[in-house]
Amino acid sequence: MLFAFLIATALGIAYLRHLFAVVMLAGMFSLLSALLLLSMDAADVAFTEAAVGAGISTILMLGAMALTERQEKPSKRSILKRLSALAVASALGALLIYAMLDAPPFGDPLAPAQVHVAPYYIGQTAREIDIPNLVTAILASYRGFDTLGEVVVIFTAGIGVALLLGGFVARDRSE
Amino acid sequence: MQHHLVLRIVAKLLFAPILLFALYVQFHGDFGPGGGFQAGLIFASAFVLHGLIFDVSSARRFLPDKLLQAGAALGVLLYAGTGLASVLLGGNFLDYDHLAEKPTSGQHLGIILVEAGVGIAVACVMVMVFRAFADHLPRIREEDW
Repeated sequence: MLFAFLIATALGIAYLRHLFAVVMLAGMFSLLSALLLLSMDAADVAFTEAAVGAGISTILMLGAMALTERQEKPSKRSILKRLSALAVASALGALLIYAMLDAPPFGDPLAPAQVHVAPYYIGQTAREIDIPNLVTAILASYRGFDTLGEVVVIFTAGIGVALLLGGFVARDRSE
Repeated sequence: MQHHLVLRIVAKLLFAPILLFALYVQFHGDFGPGGGFQAGLIFASAFVLHGLIFDVSSARRFLPDKLLQAGAALGVLLYAGTGLASVLLGGNFLDYDHLAEKPTSGQHLGIILVEAGVGIAVACVMVMVFRAFADHLPRIREEDW
């Protein structure tokens, strides 16, 4: 059901030319993905998706949209080019679906992802870290180095945006 | 935005609860879903809401850009500093066992510190990015709303 909504939203995004509506639909897409993740019991990921996708990035998209046009220009490409693009996209989609057929079913305890380090984390978190939220234990402690990398990425992105859009420089000059 | 009384009142009412909820998510991350990343985003979203409804320049008075830049760097430094502190106290980088007497207490302390670092950095960067966009926008005329 949620998935059907998700597909409908995606089609809407592809079809609409009015950018404001597209940004709103993109936010809806994120919210639906968050619900989908929540229904798979991934509360932490759903939380992040709702905060980032439906919250902040919608605002940033609106900001970016306000800097350009509000209407997407109609495509001038020939019908042949469009059809070939459709063919490439369909082929890629078919390939991905074909690859998914080999994936273990959802929640399979014997899936490769579940038998590598996950049993260690599940077994040892209570003893070694002693906090109830396993996800936090993995993110902040076992995989602390990865999270440090993520924070540095966000920091770098912030500096990049501020430099590109003149967050630092332009205002100093005007003062 | 002078005429939008409802928006202004609701934004004023929501501002403090959003910040409070962000702090809850931040410090409750050990027990329930959430953590520094989500908390930082929620914290930033309060200021984004304020910036959307009111003026970015009025928010600058109590949260200047210099503070945001310093905060973003401070968050990353707090994270890396916790890692270095655990090295200096005799463990591996980001191995919090040695931060306190008991290994689990050390882990608790380390996780709280790095989550705080994540939260501060994310919140500051998000507000910074929002302002970078907002500074370039022309004022939207009343009849365009």
